[in-house]
Amino acid sequence: MAGLKYPGFDTLALHAGQSPDPTTGARAVPIYQTTSYVFRDTAHAASLFNMERAGHVYSRISNPTVAVFEERMAALEGGVGAIATASGQAALHLAIATLMDAGSHIVASAALYGGSHNLLGYTLKRFGIETTFVSPRNPEDFRKAIKPSTRLLFGETLGNPGLDVLDIPAVSAIAHEAGVPLLVDATFTTPWLMKPFELGADLLYHSATKFLGGHGIAIGGVIVDSGRFDWEKSGKFPQLTAPYAGFHNMDFEEESGTRAFLLRARREGLRDFGACMAPMTAFQILQGIETLHLRMPRHVESTRKIVGFLAGHSSVQSVMFPELESHPDYKLAKQLLPKGCGAVFSFDIKGGRDAGRKFIESLRVFSHLANVGDAKSLVIHPATTTHYRMSDEDLKKAGIGPGTVRLSIGLEDVDDLIQDLERSLAVASRVK
Amino acid sequence: MQLQIKGTAAFAYTAAHEIDPSQRTVVFVHGAGLDHSWWGLQSRYFGYHGFNVLAVDLPAHGRSEGPALNSVGEMADWIKKVLDEKKIKTSSVVGHSMGSLVALEFAARYPESAEKIALIGIAYPMKVGEAFLDAARRNDTAAFDMETIWGHAPQVPFAGNPNPGMWMYGDTLARLGRLAPGVLHTDLVACNTYAGGMEAAAKLTCPVQFILGARDMMTPPRGAEDLIRKIEKSKSTRIEISGHSLMAEAPDAALDALIEFLRPA
Repeated sequence: MAGLKYPGFDTLALHAGQSPDPTTGARAVPIYQTTSYVFRDTAHAASLFNMERAGHVYSRISNPTVAVFEERMAALEGGVGAIATASGQAALHLAIATLMDAGSHIVASAALYGGSHNLLGYTLKRFGIETTFVSPRNPEDFRKAIKPSTRLLFGETLGNPGLDVLDIPAVSAIAHEAGVPLLVDATFTTPWLMKPFELGADLLYHSATKFLGGHGIAIGGVIVDSGRFDWEKSGKFPQLTAPYAGFHNMDFEEESGTRAFLLRARREGLRDFGACMAPMTAFQILQGIETLHLRMPRHVESTRKIVGFLAGHSSVQSVMFPELESHPDYKLAKQLLPKGCGAVFSFDIKGGRDAGRKFIESLRVFSHLANVGDAKSLVIHPATTTHYRMSDEDLKKAGIGPGTVRLSIGLEDVDDLIQDLERSLAVASRVK
Repeated sequence: MQLQIKGTAAFAYTAAHEIDPSQRTVVFVHGAGLDHSWWGLQSRYFGYHGFNVLAVDLPAHGRSEGPALNSVGEMADWIKKVLDEKKIKTSSVVGHSMGSLVALEFAARYPESAEKIALIGIAYPMKVGEAFLDAARRNDTAAFDMETIWGHAPQVPFAGNPNPGMWMYGDTLARLGRLAPGVLHTDLVACNTYAGGMEAAAKLTCPVQFILGARDMMTPPRGAEDLIRKIEKSKSTRIEISGHSLMAEAPDAALDALIEFLRPA
């Protein structure tokens, strides 16, 4: 149909969720640095509390600046809505705490960010929620691990740090056959590289600290719901489909249909756990999102050049990047990530742990720190940092060796980055 | 609330209240392809302010079993059966889009049962374009796109949702994505072929309230002008910022208009 077109990604990245402030005309998103909101009268207050009217009550539950960020993310991902959280880890916790009770079970990819592995493998166990970790490379392993108590399948769009590509169409089909949703951590891909909902995922979250912000100045997370998982039909989620005494006997699915998950996550999860996002953080991350569509192509382009350089270097044992034919997920990446496989990848340096240490300490442009997805290029040694609590066996399952080095390619002049790597590899090669 | 209407399971949202025979009743009727939760804020308000609320899922929508009903008249009769099932003699009926045609026809067919009717996002005739009908007939998701884009004011993708953190386009698409094949087409055909609007308007004896979105692309306000002229004592409220999805785009304004209209004299 002529004229029937959704706004494009770049336009939504700049405009979704916000129109100029009606009072001041401010074009930029105002920072509503307020904890609370004046009610018009007592009836209005009561209506807001009882969800008869939309609006803000208290900034732990919602805030106008944060709401712009949430709506923008929902628009970019194609979801029904979103909830911003204090961090990516808070988003993962919020999803699980909303859907599960003690006795519930998760089937998760073994190739996860170390913090997620800790949460699932250790911390949640204390609260009676068990996780079985499986190889993301074989979707059937997810199926085999499903139990009657399983309530969620979970993986990263690109596994950390080996960049295992999650076969979302296959894993989501297995999840749906079992009547449970698939949650993905889409941090490494951002909505610019992949739309997980279009591939079958039901819920997704980001560490907004990474590419969404891009500037490395704000910690935040966001969970987005596709609204397509039918909780009522599944019959496995009384948390959403039965009256809940903790919220006026509300049946969240009956009340809001497609918005049931987000309704409970906000009204219970943010209310009780309180891991909300600050308005200043939302503002800062929004500044990043406004240029996401410009930054991501540059990240991808520079990464490809650096991967090519490293893959041909005599001091490098292997490079793990799904755009290389040597990567086990090469074909799947071409299918699911046609725009590129992001800007975070790992390689194994010859000489093991000592060579890796020398290499990292010799870098001048790359910053040695625990983050990815910054405009500045970053480097880390996962075995001794992000994944240091994992056993050798778990490290192996996650594709991490003693000499594995993870790079996050930033927006600097790529020739300067290659020069920095080349010089440091030369230094590392002299380690005996 | 689970119901059995002619042996078929049906659902009506009641804001977690039992029907109280001493209270007035409001029935909310959703539009094409949608369900009771489209009325979330408004139905909840009335349920907690002294009214019995029945926000129905028409057959084959939401939690009600199918098949979908083929005409506005059948839908109006179905609403009467819901009231009969709950032994409710009179009710106000609030309808949106296709549901507004149902409310109009209900009040004409059952004047003794219709206390008041509110017609939100109505146009008569409610003609549906051939491209829209054809896409829906083929169960092509292009039909969902048409309902989503035309169903909201042009500024919606660039404006904040009054409901914090929610994305209206995504919500509409997710709802339509849950429909069984053919249901949207059946609804659209019912709208397109409904020919009894002026006749029904002539029969009305109850108070009528129009609530129209000035930026409505699906049923522009001018499409209601003939009906408004025909129903002499009706009241009209025009919500300047809203498109067709008034309950989502301008929830407070739509609710305030309903409160004013449905308030007992």
